[in-house]
Amino acid sequence: MIPELGQLALALALCLALVQGTVPIVGAALGRADWMALARPAAAGQFVFVVLAFGTLVYAFLTDDFTVWFVAEHSNSALPVFYKATAAWGGHEGSMLLWITVLAVWTMAVAAGSRSQPQEFASRVLGVLGIVSAGVIAFAFFTSNPFIRLIPGPADGNDLNPLLQDPGMIIHPPTLYLGYVGMSVPFAFAVAALLTGRLDKDWARWTRPWTVVAWLFLTGGITLGSWWAYYELGWGGWWFWDPVENSSFMPWLMATALLHSLAVTERRGIFKSWTVLLAIAAFSLSLLGTFLTRAGVMISVHAFASDPTRGLFILGLLALFSGGSLLLYAVRARNLEAEGGFKPVSREAFLLANNVLLVVAAGVVLAGTLAPLVVEALGFGKISVGPPYFNIVFLVPALPLVALIGVGMHTGWRMMPTDALLRRLRLPAIAAVVVGIAAPFIFFDTASVLTILALSIALWVCASSLLDPVRRLVFRTGAPMTRGQVGMCLAHFGVGVFMLGATAASAYNLERDFAARPGDRIEAGGYELVFNGTRQVQGPNFVADEGEVELRRKGELVTVMRPQIRTYQVQRSAMTEAAIDANGIRDVFVALGEPLGDNAWSVRLRIKPLIGFLWLGSGLMALGGLVAITDRRYRLAARQTERAVAEPAAGAA
Amino acid sequence: MWRYVVPLAIFAAIAGLFYRGLFMNPNYVPSPLVGKPAPTFSLPSVTNPDELVSSASLAGRVSLVNVWGTWCVECRHEHGFLVELARAGMPIYGLNLRDDRAAAIDWLDKLGNPYVSSGFDPEGKAAIDWGVTGAPETFLIDSDGTILHKHISPLTARVWQDDFLPLLREHCSPADCPFLAAVGGR
Repeated sequence: MIPELGQLALALALCLALVQGTVPIVGAALGRADWMALARPAAAGQFVFVVLAFGTLVYAFLTDDFTVWFVAEHSNSALPVFYKATAAWGGHEGSMLLWITVLAVWTMAVAAGSRSQPQEFASRVLGVLGIVSAGVIAFAFFTSNPFIRLIPGPADGNDLNPLLQDPGMIIHPPTLYLGYVGMSVPFAFAVAALLTGRLDKDWARWTRPWTVVAWLFLTGGITLGSWWAYYELGWGGWWFWDPVENSSFMPWLMATALLHSLAVTERRGIFKSWTVLLAIAAFSLSLLGTFLTRAGVMISVHAFASDPTRGLFILGLLALFSGGSLLLYAVRARNLEAEGGFKPVSREAFLLANNVLLVVAAGVVLAGTLAPLVVEALGFGKISVGPPYFNIVFLVPALPLVALIGVGMHTGWRMMPTDALLRRLRLPAIAAVVVGIAAPFIFFDTASVLTILALSIALWVCASSLLDPVRRLVFRTGAPMTRGQVGMCLAHFGVGVFMLGATAASAYNLERDFAARPGDRIEAGGYELVFNGTRQVQGPNFVADEGEVELRRKGELVTVMRPQIRTYQVQRSAMTEAAIDANGIRDVFVALGEPLGDNAWSVRLRIKPLIGFLWLGSGLMALGGLVAITDRRYRLAARQTERAVAEPAAGAA
Repeated sequence: MWRYVVPLAIFAAIAGLFYRGLFMNPNYVPSPLVGKPAPTFSLPSVTNPDELVSSASLAGRVSLVNVWGTWCVECRHEHGFLVELARAGMPIYGLNLRDDRAAAIDWLDKLGNPYVSSGFDPEGKAAIDWGVTGAPETFLIDSDGTILHKHISPLTARVWQDDFLPLLREHCSPADCPFLAAVGGR
C-alpha cells in the first residue's frame, strides 16, 4: 500500500510540474498576473509530493519491503540500517528520484529567493524549472519507476553493491547532484532572459550567487568522489578519466567559466550572449552526464542500466532542453549584444582568456569521452581513450589557464598600465620559479621539466593569491577587501594548493608491489614495513581477511595499518579496504592484493607526497565560493530591488 | 548573424551521434558459441536426482535453454513469460546455476514450472562450458544441436519478438514446430 502512495505522489508531482512549466510562462507572455502567480504554489505543491515519494522509497528500504523490485534488487535484511536508507540511491531508479528531489529543493529555494525580482521574470524562471522537472519526473515515472512491485517478493534482497557500502557514498551522490542539478538554475535564468529579451547587470547579480552555490556543491561532490575512489577502489589513484568522472568534470569546467563570465557581465555589462551560452552549456553537459551514465551508451564501472528506451527518452529530453534553448538563443541572442569593448591588458581580457581556456579544456575532455562512440558509430571498431590521452592533452589548456590566474586577479577593470602590473608581480613570480626549481631537487633529488613548470605555476598562483591579503593583514596598506575579493583569493589559493598536490602526488608517487609472508620486512621510501600476517574478521554482512602491517621509520613505530579484503556474503564479491596513514605531508597507502597461498599475500604499497593537498585545495576553492556569496552587494541588491518592486506596486494601488 | 546558430549545429551533431550510439550495444560481445554445436552436458534433474538431463534430451527439436537460480532477482522477472511460452508449447530446458535444491523445488512449486526439465549445476561446471556469465541467460538451440542465439538479461516479450521469433521462423517449419503459431509466429 505504501509504495503505491509513493507512485501516486510522483504522478501528482508530475501534474503540478506540468502546471508550473506552462501556465506561468504563458501568463508572462500574455501579461496575466493571476496566471504568473500560480508559479510559486505549483512549485510548493510539487515539492511536497516529490519529498513524499522519496520518503516512501526510503521507508520501503528501511522496512525491508522486498515486494518492491527496486528494494529487492538493492538491499538485504542484513544490510546495516544506515546503508538501507542510502541504498535508496544505490541504483538507477532511485538515483533518478534523488535527482528529482534535489531539483525540487532547488526550485523551492529559487521560489523563496526570487520574491524581490519582477514577477514576470521570476515566473519565467520557475516555469523553466517546471519544464525541466516535468521532463525528468516523466522519465522516472514511465521508464524508471522505483515503485514497481515484485509479487510474490523474494525472501531476501540481492544486497547493495558492496562498492557503495561506504560512508563516502552516503554523501557523495547527494552533494554531486546538488551541484549537477543546481546548474538548472542559471539555465532557467538564462532562458528566462532570452524569453524576456532583457539581460542587464541586475540579471547577472541575481544569477551569480545561485551559480556559485551550485558550483560549490559540484566542487564538493567531485572531490568526495575522487577521495572515495582513492581509498575504496584500492588502486591508489584519485582520478581515472572514467566517462562518469568526466561527465561531472565537464559541467564543473563550464560552471567555472560561467562564474567568471558572469563577473564581467555584472561589472561591465558585456559578454552577455556568451554568458547565456555558458549557462546553457553547463546545464546541457549535466544532462549529457545523465545520458552517458544512465542510458548505457558508455561502459563504465558506474553504469547500472543499459536500455535503449531510457536512452531514447533522455535523448528526447536533451533535445527539448538543450536544443530548445539553443534554438531560442539562435533567434534571440543578437538582441543581447551590448556596446563597449575592452583593452588587451584589463581584467576583462584576462577573464575572456580564462573562459576560452576553460571551454577548450571542457572540449578536450568531451572529445576524449566521445571518441570511442564516434569511432564505433563510423564503423571503425572499438577503441578506448584513457589516461594517457587525458593526462597529456588536458595540460595544454590547464597550465596556461592556471598561470594566467595569477596575473588576471591583479589586473584592473577597463585597463591596466603594464609597467605597474609588472612591478607588482615581479617578486612573487621570481620567488615561485626559484622555489619551483629548487624544491624538487632538495626533497626528491630529481625533476622533469614538466614537474618544475607545474610546481612553479602552482607556487606562483599561491603567492599571487596571498599578495593582497598579506598586504592588508600584515602591512596594513591598501584598500579594505570585500568578501567577494577574499573569496576570490581563497579559491585561487586553493587552485594553487590543488595543483601542488596533483603535481607532487603524480611525479613523486612511489609504487611497490611485493609478496609478503608473515614476519617479512620491506624497506621503501625511507620507511620500513613489517607484515604480521592476516586474520579473519567478521563484519555485519561480510567476512574479511585483515592484514596487520607495522609502519616504522628509523626503527620507531609510526602506526599499525590494517588493510582488509572483504567478501560480502550476498553478492559474493570481494572488496579492497585500503589502510591509509596520512600526515598532511604524505600518505602511506597499503592494500592487500591476492592470497598467494601458504599465508603469503601480495601487498600494494604507495607513498604519495602531498596528496592531501588535493582535497585541501578543492576544499579551499569551495570555501572561497562560500565566502564570496556572503558579499554585501548581494544582500544590498536584494534589498534595493525589493524596494524598487514594492514602490510601483504601492503607486498602482 | 549565422554565428548564433553555431552552438545549435554543434549540439545537433552530438545528438545525432548519440542517436546512433543508442542502437549499438557497448556490452555486446558476440558469443563464440553461436553457430557452433552446443557443449555436451549431463546433469541430474532438480526435481528428481535420479533422472539425468543431457545433450541427448535436447536432440531432435528446437528448444530453449534457460539459466536460472533462486538467488537471481531478474530471473523472477522473466519467469512469468517463460511459463507463458511453455504453456504455448515451446520446449524449455533449465540450467539451475549455483543453487540450493530445496529452494529451487520450492520456487518451481510456487511460481510454476516452465521447464521440461532442469539440470542441477550447484558448482557451475556445465555453465562454464556454455560460457555463461550470469543469470538469466537464454540460448536458442536448433534441432541438430546448434546454438542459434544467446540472450543475456531477462527474456521479455519484446526480446522474444525481436530476436527469437525471426530465428525460429527461419529454422523451423510449422510442421516441425506446431507451437510456432501459439508463441506468436502466426
